[in-house]
Amino acid sequence: MTHILHLKNLQFSWPGQPPVIELDQLHLAPGEHLFIQGPSGSGKTTLLNLITGLQPGYHGAVTVAGRELARLSSRARDQFRADHMGLLFQQFNLLPYLNLVDNVTLPCTLSAARRTTASQDSGSVDREAERLLTRLQLPPQLFRQRRTAELSIGQQQRVAAARALIGRPALIIADEPTSALDHASRDHFIQLLFEELEQSGSTLLMVSHDPALAARFPRHLQLGAATIC
Amino acid sequence: MLIRLAWSSLRSRWATALLTLCTIALSTALLLGVQQIREHTRQNFMATVAGTDLIVGARSGPIQLLLYSLFHIGSATSNIQWSSHETLQHDARVDWTIPLSLGDSHRGYRVVGTSSDLFRHYRYADQQALSFAAGEPFNDLFSIVLGAEVARQLGYRLGDPVIIAHGSGNTSFMQHKHMPFKISGILQPTGTPLDRALLVSLEGLEAVHLGWRAGVPLPGLEVSPEQARQRNLTPKEVTAILVGLKSRLHTFHLQRELNQRRTDPLTAILPGVALQELWQLLGVAEKALLAVSASALLIGMIGMLAVLLAATQQRRHEIAILRALGCPPARVALLLIQESLLLTLGGLLLGILLLQAGLALLQAPLLSQFGLMLSLGALTPTQWQICALVLALGLISGLAPALLAWRLASASHLIRRN
Repeated sequence: MTHILHLKNLQFSWPGQPPVIELDQLHLAPGEHLFIQGPSGSGKTTLLNLITGLQPGYHGAVTVAGRELARLSSRARDQFRADHMGLLFQQFNLLPYLNLVDNVTLPCTLSAARRTTASQDSGSVDREAERLLTRLQLPPQLFRQRRTAELSIGQQQRVAAARALIGRPALIIADEPTSALDHASRDHFIQLLFEELEQSGSTLLMVSHDPALAARFPRHLQLGAATIC
Repeated sequence: MLIRLAWSSLRSRWATALLTLCTIALSTALLLGVQQIREHTRQNFMATVAGTDLIVGARSGPIQLLLYSLFHIGSATSNIQWSSHETLQHDARVDWTIPLSLGDSHRGYRVVGTSSDLFRHYRYADQQALSFAAGEPFNDLFSIVLGAEVARQLGYRLGDPVIIAHGSGNTSFMQHKHMPFKISGILQPTGTPLDRALLVSLEGLEAVHLGWRAGVPLPGLEVSPEQARQRNLTPKEVTAILVGLKSRLHTFHLQRELNQRRTDPLTAILPGVALQELWQLLGVAEKALLAVSASALLIGMIGMLAVLLAATQQRRHEIAILRALGCPPARVALLLIQESLLLTLGGLLLGILLLQAGLALLQAPLLSQFGLMLSLGALTPTQWQICALVLALGLISGLAPALLAWRLASASHLIRRN
């Protein structure tokens, strides 16, 4: 079975400091959901940076969708990230001057593969963006009329989720996506996210401090003094 | 797609973008305008001297002779004896001569005394002969032919009476009221100073000055038009002579001969050479004007550079988002270059529109005040080169923020440190 994510003997340390990441093995199959937790400074963000290919200088191997990232050139790594990874950030990181649809379709402008998949899913990239936004329960009258800077926090987070999901990337990487939401909004958002992931079949790797979310994940990775998988 | 992103980004910063656009547009319009005036001035001047081999006048500087004889700028210090004209006219090497007599005016426009040979032999621009929009050359002693601009501005028609004034000012109290001229013809526009001139026969000019001494009419010596027709009206002197030669091979020889004459000292000039001397004289001012307008453009570009650099620093987050989504640094840099190019292109197009609007507004005053005929329409090859230069400068201005964006193009800070 091909793993979507395979980490082997991964070790990373900041200059002059002891290793912050030490992982012997980690496999994630297609469609699996992994919850990463750990105290501050335990290396959660660093691990995400290593997996996305944004942080070089590690030992071991990071293989995503069958490709070892260290073997790719910088340019190829960027393209690989655009093709295979959907990123969902704590601060949403939408382009404030674009409307909802333009924000969601942004990954498709950088990846032909995701553009093709999105077009196949709904007939066009824009229609797929509208489908995802509808599915994430955003009112259609906002899609093109509003810039994302004008939306509420909860609405922005759902736009960011639609942007990560468009074109069904193999791996969704989410970093504290619910930290700015209240409990009710958080549960609703996670419910919607999981439903869409169910359909797309993408693998989810989520970092969070929220223990209430942990129960929804079948697999957990505890980072810290003793890494437990 | 990147271009849409660049456009959206610019729209989100519309106030600074608009100001930058206006700066570029104004400086581009200024530079193109200066170039247009330079080119048109040269074209107009070249067109005026196109068909003349030699200009002969009283002993003076070549540029002065060129300016007063053909361009009606300034005045002659002295005149040529009519006998000198006759000698020249009968010279075997000379094909034709056009005598010119200046000094009178009508409502600010120069009156030029000449012979009918002007209509037969004078050539302008691309060896074009004069043609009439209405009427015909002189058909009477008191016939007057108007240049196109004079007829248009003053609203004259064929047959209208015209009273000419002594002297060349805008207003003159010494008018030849007793001998009005009658318009026999109106010329087609030529783009030369003839458009702003009134042409009368040398004999007609001689007639209106009968009974005048030293520029004033002598009381009791007034002559009626009928009496004038009975007199010998052969002019005693003329201001300048345009000469066409049978063969251009004789040009230098005849010029040297005329310049070395001891009786009735003359200056003979080659109009093309004198024009070159004039350009050399004006070249410094022209270059200074160009340098000032080029500096304005440069200042505009530096302004754009400052705006883009400041915006790039503020857009670190936006750049990081694009990087995280898989946008390579080169594409991020390209986005910034596209923004700079969009601004420059917008500024350039607006500048061309401003230039055309400015020309449309200034066309009439420039023609009436300076005799400069500026035409609207397609840009000249040099102006296109300036446009290309502006775009290249825009591209170069975009490089610095693009390099900065490349340097800042790190996405790692998007994911918080813990």
